[in-house]
Amino acid sequence: MINIALPKGRLGEKAYAMLKESGYDCPALEQPGRKLIFENPEKGVRYFWVKPSDVAIYVERGAADLGIVGKDILLEYQPDVYELLDLRMGKCRMAVAGKKDFREPMGQTLKVATKFPNIAQSYYSGKCRDIDIIHLNGSIELAPILGLSHVIVDIVETGTTLRENDLVVYEEIVPISARLIANIASFQFKDGAIGAIRESLQKQVEREK
Amino acid sequence: MELLKNEERAVFALRALYRRYGYVGYKMSQFEEYDLYVRNKDFLLSDRIITFSGSGGRLLALKPDVTLSIVKNAPDAPGAVQKLYYNENVYRDYREIMQTGLECVGDLGDYEIAEVVLLAAKSLQLLGGRFVLDISHMGLVAAILSSCGLTPVEQKQALAYLRRKNTHELKALCGGNDDAWKKLSELAACRGNDRKVLETVSRVLTTEEERQALSELEGLWRVLEGSGCAGNVCLDFSVGSDMGYYSGVVFRGYLEGIPASVLSGGQYDKLAEKMGKHCRAIGFAVYLDLLEARQEETDDSVDTLILHDGTTDTAALTLAAEAAAKDGSVLVAGAAPERRRWKRLVDLRKGAIRND
Repeated sequence: MINIALPKGRLGEKAYAMLKESGYDCPALEQPGRKLIFENPEKGVRYFWVKPSDVAIYVERGAADLGIVGKDILLEYQPDVYELLDLRMGKCRMAVAGKKDFREPMGQTLKVATKFPNIAQSYYSGKCRDIDIIHLNGSIELAPILGLSHVIVDIVETGTTLRENDLVVYEEIVPISARLIANIASFQFKDGAIGAIRESLQKQVEREK
Repeated sequence: MELLKNEERAVFALRALYRRYGYVGYKMSQFEEYDLYVRNKDFLLSDRIITFSGSGGRLLALKPDVTLSIVKNAPDAPGAVQKLYYNENVYRDYREIMQTGLECVGDLGDYEIAEVVLLAAKSLQLLGGRFVLDISHMGLVAAILSSCGLTPVEQKQALAYLRRKNTHELKALCGGNDDAWKKLSELAACRGNDRKVLETVSRVLTTEEERQALSELEGLWRVLEGSGCAGNVCLDFSVGSDMGYYSGVVFRGYLEGIPASVLSGGQYDKLAEKMGKHCRAIGFAVYLDLLEARQEETDDSVDTLILHDGTTDTAALTLAAEAAAKDGSVLVAGAAPERRRWKRLVDLRKGAIRND
């Protein structure tokens, strides 16, 4: 049995659609309801819906053999897992954004509001820039508008939220997309089944290129 | 023995195994000079070291590792070989970790290298259940990376991608360098427990250094095949360690049912060299705390529970407890304990003697 952690939300639904097309369907999962765990013994798969930022923890700790997770979570938490495939969906970018008329105060510590303190720290360390990280959990765009921070480091998908709040992207840090990850120990004992899932998903990714 | 936890049984079994091959026990002090760890911090699995001030203001560390202390005292006379095993608690990330392992240092030849890898496989076998020992060769991986025309920073990044089996970003790193991608993609994709893996890798090698490293790995593989261990050993080049310390074979062991590697080790001649030693070194550690994951739920039930209060005569209570202990386990308590079960209750409270 292969245990797969899916991120709740649109990304998880898309990922399940790919897995279903690969032959790993689970009809129970498609029924409306509030269940979190679904199994199809015939196909040898069990799915769980988990909070997107927790997928990597489930996989690293072995509660799930495989998981679908955004690259942003992998960069932020650096879990010890195999990153088997770029699914090329859920594409967006990690970027630095600020107010339209913003000019970076080079002589001051840069105040950066973000949900991703490790990514922000690593990016600005590479530039030898002194920063003050303000760790927020949501509505990051408010921070520069209210003067809480100079800039934000956040995920930008279409840019609509930024535009509607008079913010613009100043620098792109890294492109983000969904990845298929595997527990390293599970891979040792279930490499055949995990390899088959990976290969099948890769074919779909190549087709949709 | 049946009362022992998994990790305690493992300590006895592993100690007997290592002694059978002539390894002697090594007991290290709880504290070591902090400086030793700082100078080699990339060798450590965690850089969060617990420190204390020693006499004369010396900064001491609560040992996060055993290998460094052994290598520091390794013999470097021609022909001298030191074979040591240990069972120590080490301290990483503010956690106490029970670790056992062995180190073979000195004037090592191919036999000693093969012996340590075989002992790693036998250690996993002793711990029970299905196991896999993944092996790679850092000399081969480093030679391939340096022949790919990548900068030192890119080589480090490529090694990180190999460790994650992340071929998509490895490809992007190679850019238009088709020769590099040909070699690295083959290295990333190769995995298996037969000679064909080595043959596949040999087809993409272009330098003498790479071929020399591969021939070392081939020699080791022949020994593993001859010993009958090859069925559980898997060639996998994602087993990577720091190129600044490891120079030859590196390996990681897994037990079914445990979600992380329970054994890791390798040949770390470069560490010895950095410490000014003219010797070679190989060893591994078994992380016994991880075996707890396979521990069945402990049975805390007792055969007899004796309840007493202030009125119970102590001499009579002692006699009752001694008599009960002859037939099984006994718990003497003032009140029935929560979350524990008992087969027989003797209630001596308020002078009464009730036997339920």
